[in-house]
Amino acid sequence: MPRRTDLESILILGSGPIIIGQACEFDYSGTQAVTALKEEGYRVVLVNSNPATIMTDPDLADRTYIEPLTPDWVERVIEREKPDALLPTMGGQTALNIAMDLDESGVLEKYGVELIGANARSIRMAEDREEFAAAMARIGLELPHGGFARTMDEALIIIEETGYPSIIRPSFTLGGTGGGIAYNADEFTAAVTRGLDTSPITEVLIDRSVIGWKEYELEVVRDASDNVIIVCSIENFDPMGVHTGDSITVAPVQTLTDVEYQRMRDAAIAIIREIGVEAGGCNIQFSVNPQTGEMLVVEMNPRVSRSSALASKATGFPIARVGAKLAVGYLLHELPNDITKTTPASFEPALDYVVVKFPRFAFEKFPEVDPTLGVQMKAVGETMAIGRTFASAWQKGIRGLEIGRSGWVVGDRLEDDGLESDDPEDLLAALRRPTAERPFQLKRALERVAQESDGRTDSMEEIQEATGIDPWFLYQLLEIVDQEVWYRGLDEVGPTELRLMKRNGFSDVQLADLRSEKEDEVRIRRWEWDIRPTYNVVDTCAGEFPAETPYYYSSYEDQDESNPSDRKKIIVLGSGPNRIGQGIEFDYCCVQAVMALRDAGYETIMINSNPETVSTDFDVSDKLYFEPLTFEDVLEIVEREQPFGVIVQLGGQTPLNLAARLEAAGVPILGTSVDAIDRAEHRGRFEEVCRIVGATVPKNGMATSEEQALAVAEEVGYPVLVRPSYVLGGRGMEIVYDAASLKNYFERAARASPDHPVLIDRFIEDAFEADVDALSDGTDVVIGGIMQHIENAGVHSGDSACVLPPYALGAAELEEIRDKTRRFALELGVVGLLNVQYAIRDGVVYVLEVNPRASRTVPFVSKATGVPLARLAARLMAGEKLADMDVPDEPPVAGVAVKEAVFPFNRFEVDILLGPEMRSTGEVMGFDDSFGMAIAKAQAASYNLLPVKGGVLIVTVNDRDKSTVTPILRRLHDMGFEIRATKGTYEHLKRLGIPAVRVFKVGEGRPNIVDQIVSGEVAMLINTPMGKKSQYDDYAMRRAAITHNIPYFTTMSATSAACDALIALRSRKYQVRTLQERIADARAMAAVEAGD
Amino acid sequence: MAHTDKRDPAYLLLEDGRRFDGYRFGVPGPSLGEVVFNTSMTGYQEILTDPSYAGQHVVMTYPLIGNYGVNDEDRESDRPHVTGFVIREAPPLHSSWRATGSLEDYLIGCGVVGIAGVDTRALTLHIRSEGAKRGAIAPAAEDEADLLQRVLLHPLMEGLDLACGVSTKEPYEVPAVGEERFHVLAYDFGVKANSPRLLAERGCRVTVIPAETPVEEIFSSEPDGLFVSNGPGDPSAVEKAQEAILGLSERGVPVFGICLGHQLIARAFGAQTYKLAFGHHGANHPVRNLDRNTVEITSQNHGFAVVVGEEQEIPGAPDLRLTHLNLYDGTVEGLVHRERPVFCVQYHPEAAPGPHDSVYLFDQFIELMDARLP
Repeated sequence: MPRRTDLESILILGSGPIIIGQACEFDYSGTQAVTALKEEGYRVVLVNSNPATIMTDPDLADRTYIEPLTPDWVERVIEREKPDALLPTMGGQTALNIAMDLDESGVLEKYGVELIGANARSIRMAEDREEFAAAMARIGLELPHGGFARTMDEALIIIEETGYPSIIRPSFTLGGTGGGIAYNADEFTAAVTRGLDTSPITEVLIDRSVIGWKEYELEVVRDASDNVIIVCSIENFDPMGVHTGDSITVAPVQTLTDVEYQRMRDAAIAIIREIGVEAGGCNIQFSVNPQTGEMLVVEMNPRVSRSSALASKATGFPIARVGAKLAVGYLLHELPNDITKTTPASFEPALDYVVVKFPRFAFEKFPEVDPTLGVQMKAVGETMAIGRTFASAWQKGIRGLEIGRSGWVVGDRLEDDGLESDDPEDLLAALRRPTAERPFQLKRALERVAQESDGRTDSMEEIQEATGIDPWFLYQLLEIVDQEVWYRGLDEVGPTELRLMKRNGFSDVQLADLRSEKEDEVRIRRWEWDIRPTYNVVDTCAGEFPAETPYYYSSYEDQDESNPSDRKKIIVLGSGPNRIGQGIEFDYCCVQAVMALRDAGYETIMINSNPETVSTDFDVSDKLYFEPLTFEDVLEIVEREQPFGVIVQLGGQTPLNLAARLEAAGVPILGTSVDAIDRAEHRGRFEEVCRIVGATVPKNGMATSEEQALAVAEEVGYPVLVRPSYVLGGRGMEIVYDAASLKNYFERAARASPDHPVLIDRFIEDAFEADVDALSDGTDVVIGGIMQHIENAGVHSGDSACVLPPYALGAAELEEIRDKTRRFALELGVVGLLNVQYAIRDGVVYVLEVNPRASRTVPFVSKATGVPLARLAARLMAGEKLADMDVPDEPPVAGVAVKEAVFPFNRFEVDILLGPEMRSTGEVMGFDDSFGMAIAKAQAASYNLLPVKGGVLIVTVNDRDKSTVTPILRRLHDMGFEIRATKGTYEHLKRLGIPAVRVFKVGEGRPNIVDQIVSGEVAMLINTPMGKKSQYDDYAMRRAAITHNIPYFTTMSATSAACDALIALRSRKYQVRTLQERIADARAMAAVEAGD
Repeated sequence: MAHTDKRDPAYLLLEDGRRFDGYRFGVPGPSLGEVVFNTSMTGYQEILTDPSYAGQHVVMTYPLIGNYGVNDEDRESDRPHVTGFVIREAPPLHSSWRATGSLEDYLIGCGVVGIAGVDTRALTLHIRSEGAKRGAIAPAAEDEADLLQRVLLHPLMEGLDLACGVSTKEPYEVPAVGEERFHVLAYDFGVKANSPRLLAERGCRVTVIPAETPVEEIFSSEPDGLFVSNGPGDPSAVEKAQEAILGLSERGVPVFGICLGHQLIARAFGAQTYKLAFGHHGANHPVRNLDRNTVEITSQNHGFAVVVGEEQEIPGAPDLRLTHLNLYDGTVEGLVHRERPVFCVQYHPEAAPGPHDSVYLFDQFIELMDARLP
């Protein structure tokens, strides 16, 4: 069947901001879907609120709406665009939920929009646990279900039957949000209460415990003719009980016989047929009893997922791309296998390698959060490694995590591995609890086993029992330890031994450490012996057919397949696993660079280890090396490919950290020199740059000891901003108000980065903050955009909302910002991108940081102005000049663009106050004609739903903010809000004649603020921190707001902006506009400015 | 421990002189055979015991083999038939609730020659580009020049009747599961246990008969259906079944063939067969069912194929019609007789190992027998 001709335009929904459980894998799938459908000649309309995505690049879809991903805003897009169909399966749970909402509310019917890929009936059957259970019963498959409860009483009846431990899963939430494991009645009650609260339909599923069972996942694709294929099978290293997103996972399955695998395959096919996913992909999870082989169905997602992104990268089968084509009527055998080009897509990939995925966590950002891994996902990113063996992929995966480990090595200290003691009993106890550190605890335990001459089997059984990890994995790991022992004990290492260890997956650093050598020594000897990695192709067919698509991984085998060309090549280093502070924005920059350089005729080579990204789509670059971003791994590829140059400034801190060593090893670094990077990052040298440029910096100093820090702080004056040098995302950054806090901080921070001193700056209170992205070729400088932050300086720039163009900076201040930015660029000799952060107070413009690299805001600025900064930067790095490129200086914005940060606060029970340490996972963009409306859209897009109709407003602010809050409250009162205030605020308002009602704080009486929030009376909360003594009360109140989904504001500037937004929402027309239209307007404005 | 240098070094030598080093896994050898690769990621025990692999060294492309050990159930015949087994790596420990022992112990127990530690991908790429090769697995001490001579003297697969060697010596019965509805004769040219099992599950009493069974005996037993099994070697060297296929089908007795059986049926009606460059060995080949317009993911294991013409006709066999096509390389995967109740497929609907997409063919065979019932 060819593609459908009755459809002309298709709407695709993205997944919105990056949150835990829904990350850039949906940029990958959405980008593939948009491209796949455009290829077929459809008019593609895209809605996504996330400006950092590649899919929202204005060149990609025909009509790109950066608008809130909520049913009402999407409806406005539908009303305007009248698409024939909606493809809801590419944007995660967000897109699926919106599609269901639009279906149920009749919007789709009203505008004649057909759901393609998956229909409403199928989505409901897969998503509604009761309907799903019924469907499974019809095909004779079992689920671990105890039953569904809508009340605590119902839950208590079910638990009688199922017993402990019990798994509680709220219905219709994402990534296991609100779920939990209960080992006793208290935990059960708490988990059920939370689950009922979290579930939009107040329902929880209580599962019989399958904790410790083996967990599997199959990625299934079906076409309209009912042909079904299994693209990939995945086995979890961590048994049931740990969310798949938090599990280490392995592809293909390792420990199932063909009989069992085929039984699972048959079940998967029966499921996709019964649920009726018409054309597209889904993933199905199974659990298997390791003693009996009993198999249960855990769940099914009728859409592409994080796992399908992983499966696509693991197999070379692009599930989203194929899924999009199937959705418009193609059959599997009508589509080509994109890797071989000569065989059809109707096949099941055969792997001849092992894939291991490791989750990456961010607990260091949320020290209050319980780091135990459970049914609710906590990981913020992941890395994938491909190796010829499990052991080599395992070691490579840990290298790729970028957590300071050169492979599977234990930390220097017990704390590094989450331990207080490594007594056998304590270690075993630690192993029972899955955490991010468990693999390293496991190594400590196995190192002990390796020393045992007998009794090994018993010790291994103990470890197996404690962890529930299949013995197959444990013995693989024990062998790694045995290899280390053997290697360490060798009298002499010859080429045979070294080759063997490399083939087994050890890094040079590991080998050096095992024999107290230096990494360079190992490498030099290795090169002398000509022990070099080979690069094998991911070819979907285990070598049966020639592969056309150059997608590689390293190994130490006999035959290399990398086949370097004679073309002029540029290597772009990616940003590795997503983490807070380094995410999709950098992937956007890398992909843009690759596209620009391809257009410019270079052979582009991408190196990255993140399976969620677009950059690791093998279609993006000319060649993809799916490898960790370590010095050794990168250097070997450079040696093999001999590129014209390597780009390090687009992938965030990861490649930047490699730059100096790569350059020292003779690797040509393109763009801004390594020395310039050092001048911007090294405090002493930076001071000198500022002096030359004539920039004002806050008083500051550096300290390598506590005493020194106290002295420096005294000198510059409190409050001070302290941080370790060379960090991204404000890691370890704090504002400290007095010596005692500094003492406390210094102990903790000195650990954060032992090689680098702590920086201490005078903190400029109540300053505006501004961010500039600029381009330079070393001779000319072009300002890309000046963004003003909404939150004051002191809130990390990644967590602060910001506005382009700036809304409250004077002409003189702006001019100084421009001037200083230019001077910095020229003084440093920037070739490529530059980001400068400023604080402005009382007419003084302070420079906070200069980053000679792509910043997090590059995609935002590029979307707002239509000037693709990263693409241009790549061309500059390749040697082009700004003078020849016709790039507008400080391009205008057609309207106001607001970037708002999105936080994991609904998932992590932590305080929501913002500070200098970045904690947001993602961002959204609100784009409209007015500031108020842009803010309103940004709020809607980040699901902070402003109470347009008014209602009860609870206000409790500290003394410093009382005068600022007054005019805002006056406006809100005029808009009809009922103001309730705590004592201090209440009295202040009374004096000024603003009507308010007194409300109790927690502990002052009942009903207090929390009671009112819980009972649903409150429409909005305004709260600024009150100081130490009421910390707990404030915390409880803010947490209640999060749990009950009440919009909250914790800074005065954000409150004021929200007030503007409310006014806009009440007075202005709601309109949606494409990015393409806004960019055309901006270009027209630029032409007018330039011409007349 | 597989990492130390204490392993027994071994090597695989191909007829073109290409050498792959590794270490002993199984018994030491030397052993000679045709080197073919299999891309199945699971099912090594079924592959080892598949009689169709007689005379062949099987290279597993999936690098980790032996993960779940071996058990008593997943055998397709009573013993391994491969002449050699080539893998990248065996695990330090197997793990499965059904395992009764490790793969290596099993190979040693059955006297199978094997080699591990080989860059199986390089080997596979070599076979892919150069075609299946004769080769030998031997301990490192074995003289290379000597071994090469022996490899070159080893018979080529073309013209080799290996089926009789693996066929049962005596007939045996597989009773019907439940009510017996039909009696099927199964010609054993190297039958995999799962085929009679699937027939038995569908109410057939299956008599598995030796390849050498006189045709008169076959006619006189008046079966309800004839099943022609898979098996090793060159179909042109196996002429035995033709008379039975032609004779029974002429009387209206349904005939169903798999793999070698498919080739024998095709040849019986006049078609030609030829040797493929490196054969089909794996569990992921897409096959298009031309009648249903569907695609089946199939299990494959064959080195020969039936000749097809440009118009999808079968040269020499106008009575045969193409029903199944391999989507990888356009080779014949299934045929049906235009008039007689005869059909056959090149691939393995009985799977084991591999996907169960094509089990319906066994039902189709039953339907044909059903249709003859009064």
